[in-house]
Amino acid sequence: MTALSLRDIRMTFPDGTRAINGVDLSIERGEFVTIVGPSGCGKSTLLRIISGLQQPTSGSCNVDSKNIGYVFQDSVLLPWRNVQKNVELNAELQGIPKELRRESAQKAIGLVKLNDHVTKFPHQLSGGMKMRCSLARSLVSQPQVFLFDEPFGALDEMTREHLNDELLNIFLQEKFAGLFITHSIQEAVFLSTRIIVMSSQPGRFISEHKIDFPFPRVPDIRYSAEFAELCGRISHDLKLAHA
Amino acid sequence: MKLFERILLNRRISTIVLPIITFIIFLSIWYAYAKFHYDNPVQRRNALPYPHEIFSEGFLPLNDKVNGLRPILGYMWPTVKVTFLGLLIAVVLGVIVAVLMNLSKGIEKSLFPYAVILQTVPILAITPLLTELFGEELGVRLVVTVLVAIFPVITNMLFGLQSTDRALHDLFTLNQSSRWTRLVKLEVPSALPSLMTGIRIASGSAVIGSVVADFFFAKGEKGIGYYIRTRQQQAIQRPEMFAGTITASLFGIAMFVLIGWITSRAIRNWHDSNLTHR
Repeated sequence: MTALSLRDIRMTFPDGTRAINGVDLSIERGEFVTIVGPSGCGKSTLLRIISGLQQPTSGSCNVDSKNIGYVFQDSVLLPWRNVQKNVELNAELQGIPKELRRESAQKAIGLVKLNDHVTKFPHQLSGGMKMRCSLARSLVSQPQVFLFDEPFGALDEMTREHLNDELLNIFLQEKFAGLFITHSIQEAVFLSTRIIVMSSQPGRFISEHKIDFPFPRVPDIRYSAEFAELCGRISHDLKLAHA
Repeated sequence: MKLFERILLNRRISTIVLPIITFIIFLSIWYAYAKFHYDNPVQRRNALPYPHEIFSEGFLPLNDKVNGLRPILGYMWPTVKVTFLGLLIAVVLGVIVAVLMNLSKGIEKSLFPYAVILQTVPILAITPLLTELFGEELGVRLVVTVLVAIFPVITNMLFGLQSTDRALHDLFTLNQSSRWTRLVKLEVPSALPSLMTGIRIASGSAVIGSVVADFFFAKGEKGIGYYIRTRQQQAIQRPEMFAGTITASLFGIAMFVLIGWITSRAIRNWHDSNLTHR
């Protein structure tokens, strides 16, 4: 079942910068697609277009906008709300009754393993815990399409790998259609069923790689020869994207 | 030297001890200046009385019905009332104006220049106009207080509303929030710290505004400013004048502390300015 489809998306900014130049993409539920590409190639803009935060100059975007989860680069938590209340926010804004949203928030908090921290405020959390909280907030409404805008970019390697493992577990349980953006090739290969390499100015897709590691994926596949070879191939394409 | 260092290192002691040391130095300079600047002791007392003279002659006559602590407190009451009520009105009006300005650029552009003018017009220069419009009793003093206190509330609240995190706005947009929800659940709470800063500045202006208004509008319930002004006119009452002035400024300090306390209660859980380092 196709959850998201883009047809010939183009984006030109008012100052004339051509950010995205003809992008086609379709993602089904149970797929996890990652886009890698140089900074400023329009990856984030693409996510903003899909989520409806921005209108493309031309092209069509087919997605149920009420059913999108969006995880930002930063955790984007309300500093005056504790973890529980932050996780409930999306559901609250969508008008879901109190009892119901409390229940689903509890469940989401369980999924990201923040059970012991529900009464803490954002300033009391580490970077990784803030990201978990942000993830849980999006999980509450059980979206069919999940957009991730470089969510773990600011975290240290250990925390990042740990969160990658957990994100995959959640992906297996929830079976959403995932679209993930990252600078880290290892992260991309580990998480994805498909990787798209994007070039910059103007941004367009230059290659696509299928990742066939079976699920559930154990953390140790990161050290396999096959994994290294895939990373090498994508890295090669990325160099072309830069050129 | 060891002892001095230990006092400096202990946070709790130093926050009390250091200001006291400053105060002692200040008093010494006062005494020294008063002593050496004037040749004639009577002339000195009528120009710059010693601090202990202010205390004994300005405050102490406890049963005097015209001068001293009791009448001072009596005159303080109307001023305190005007200050609190004026500050309250300034906060409510200021917040409403800032919210409207934040809602529409048109409203902001139409009103902001006048908010600035309000701040720059020397209010006392238009005393006759104010008397014409609002009389000379509590009402006009209230007006003056609101006029001097409202600007910092408007600017700080507006700044706070407009500095709301873009990414948080995006989050609310993704959830299709109404303008009202965005205001109540996002912009107002995130503006709270700047609003409180504005109120803190406004509280100082409100005290000065109401005391100065007492000077010029002296009908009805007379305020502490009236007490000070009438004691300025005769040199012999210099200690009384200082006593009134000191009481008025103590009130200003009390306001400052009160607002600070309210601020830390309001944002204690989350704002950077209010968090102790981990």
